[in-house]
Amino acid sequence: MNNAVDQPQTIVVLGGTSDLGQAIVAQLASPVLRTVVLAVRRPDDVDPEAQRFGGADVVVVPFDAAEPASHAAVIADIVERVGDLDVVIQAFGQLGVPGLVDPLGAAELAQVNYVGAVSSGLAVAEQLRRQGHGTLVVLSSVAGVRTRASNFVYGSTKAGQDAFATGLGHSLAGTGARVMTVRPGFVRTAMTVGMDEAPFAADPADVAAAVATGLRRKRSVVWVPGVLRAVMGLLRLAPDVVWRRLDR
Amino acid sequence: MRTTRRELCGWGRTSPSVADLVDASADELTADLVSGLGAARGAIARGLGRAYGDPAQNGGGVVVRLAPGPIHLDAASGTVRVGAGVSLDELMRHIVPRGWFVPVTPGTRFVTIGGAIASDIHGKNHHADGSFGAHVERLTLFTADGAHRVVSPNDEPELWWATLGGMGLTGVIVEATVRLLPIETSRCVVDTERVPNLDALLERMESGDHRYRYSVAWVDLVARGAALGRAVLTRGDHATLAELADLDPKAAQDPLAFGPPSLVAVPPGLPNVLSRPAVRAFNELWYRKAPRFHRGVESITGFFHPLDMVGDWNRLYGRPGFLQYQFVVPFDAVDTFRSIIAMVAASGHASFLAVLKRFGPESGGLMSFPTPGWTLTLDLPAAAPGLDELLTELDRRVLSVGGRHYLAKDATTTPEVIRAGYPRLDEFLDVRRRIDPDGVWASDQARRLDLR
Repeated sequence: MNNAVDQPQTIVVLGGTSDLGQAIVAQLASPVLRTVVLAVRRPDDVDPEAQRFGGADVVVVPFDAAEPASHAAVIADIVERVGDLDVVIQAFGQLGVPGLVDPLGAAELAQVNYVGAVSSGLAVAEQLRRQGHGTLVVLSSVAGVRTRASNFVYGSTKAGQDAFATGLGHSLAGTGARVMTVRPGFVRTAMTVGMDEAPFAADPADVAAAVATGLRRKRSVVWVPGVLRAVMGLLRLAPDVVWRRLDR
Repeated sequence: MRTTRRELCGWGRTSPSVADLVDASADELTADLVSGLGAARGAIARGLGRAYGDPAQNGGGVVVRLAPGPIHLDAASGTVRVGAGVSLDELMRHIVPRGWFVPVTPGTRFVTIGGAIASDIHGKNHHADGSFGAHVERLTLFTADGAHRVVSPNDEPELWWATLGGMGLTGVIVEATVRLLPIETSRCVVDTERVPNLDALLERMESGDHRYRYSVAWVDLVARGAALGRAVLTRGDHATLAELADLDPKAAQDPLAFGPPSLVAVPPGLPNVLSRPAVRAFNELWYRKAPRFHRGVESITGFFHPLDMVGDWNRLYGRPGFLQYQFVVPFDAVDTFRSIIAMVAASGHASFLAVLKRFGPESGGLMSFPTPGWTLTLDLPAAAPGLDELLTELDRRVLSVGGRHYLAKDATTTPEVIRAGYPRLDEFLDVRRRIDPDGVWASDQARRLDLR
């Protein structure tokens, strides 16, 4: 249960090795934080002792975003072990290779980024509804607001995840459970290493700070940096010829 | 019996959760009501929602609100048998015109008898009369097995001491028999004085409190330096008929009249209007306006419940809400106490209402808050930046001198802080486990603070 200054006791990161997920947990860590659950594809690769989030216990559990049939059981198992979930971060997601047009590769990307988000998101929502409190933080992206040639498969999976997240938030109205959809621009993480930076680039710490503020203010949507809300609002309306010229 | 799904929070309007709110009368509290709840999210009783944090809410579970019950005044024995859903406001309207007062009243009339016992509330007379529980002869408790048990220090003493201050975690209090205070008038004779700094305040209270039943100081937590801890000290007692006739002859014509006024209600949708400059200005005016020394007559509402005149005053803090931080430290911990006040004053957080009282001996409730020492209560806007760090440091200082925090106000501490402050916590948990093995009684606070 969060306290009155919105400090969580239990945080779950689906995709626990994600730079963004880790940065957010570090930002939300406080003496109140008791347990961090890192749900990862390869638990053996993660050493709980090496993870430091204040004095919190770190629990590592297996989770594969590409296996929807397992998601309800993963969440039920986490709840059984640690009790109520205060903040759950949907942080898994793959970029895919640049210029991806291979049907099978694209389908696998969609399976992880979109289908996995839907299935795990619903499993989490069910638990938050049962608890009467809690927030699902969905790491979406501005890449889904309007897709462009250089990463349209990725962009479309984020668009799907985004629409799912905001709709889920509406369906949870009045239950005490909330969804916060985070739309970062380019973030300097392991996933984007080696790429040219886009304008309005951010660090994981910037995203984490925005998430913490968004949680305290009970926002449904957070753009990082905040100026992207206006920028993307305009870019959505740009003629195609302009949009394509902006693409790298 | 009516059930509605509602978002519930405390008076600070923070940390809400959604539960099934069940409005029930005493005879609807049956075994059927509680069967199966232990396997689900459990249930907790809720009074008028005046606790500041999360003890009267239960996310995903059931919250039981007891309908106000009867009031049976027994003038011969000076006691009243009253339903636990009855508020102190209703009770006072009944007993004051008949020459009786509640033995302990907090700063608001809008708490229920059940809440008064479950939080073992205190008032301005703790140094003289102890907490509310000290004046309860017996109560009826609805327990997890569906029974209605009569509980008193003689019948089921373990359950008694666990229920006093037990935050509803032993069951739903159904009714109680309370010893009342006889009064001759509905007014109080009050001495008001301005005190220039903390040391003078502590000295005045220590040396003079024994002469008054009621004593409380309003402390300006914005003032710093030489004026640190400057305060307005108000002390008094119920006015006798003779005193009232002397000081306020007009009032003496209807000595037991009791008609608490309500001046205004704060509308919804306000932002936080209690900014630091606003608070500083208010505090300065309040201090300057207070007399250096004055003896006068005040009504019950004016002396005990001034904030009740402003309906929904918690809305002044806006949507982010606020929290009330109340702790006690032993009398000899004056240096730490001073450092706490200095820290709050220096922090830049605007604390609007800070109240200082002195506590007398403990009541014996296992989780009851009052213990001999200085108790300070301060309000802080919940959205203030850096608040979490300030509170963590305050917690540390309070615990370092053997102090503790009040569960009826708490919204931010941790299980470790509570364990450190309440040496009888394990005894309480033992009783809980025995009387409620399936965990029927549960609340957001119990989950947050590990009171299971």
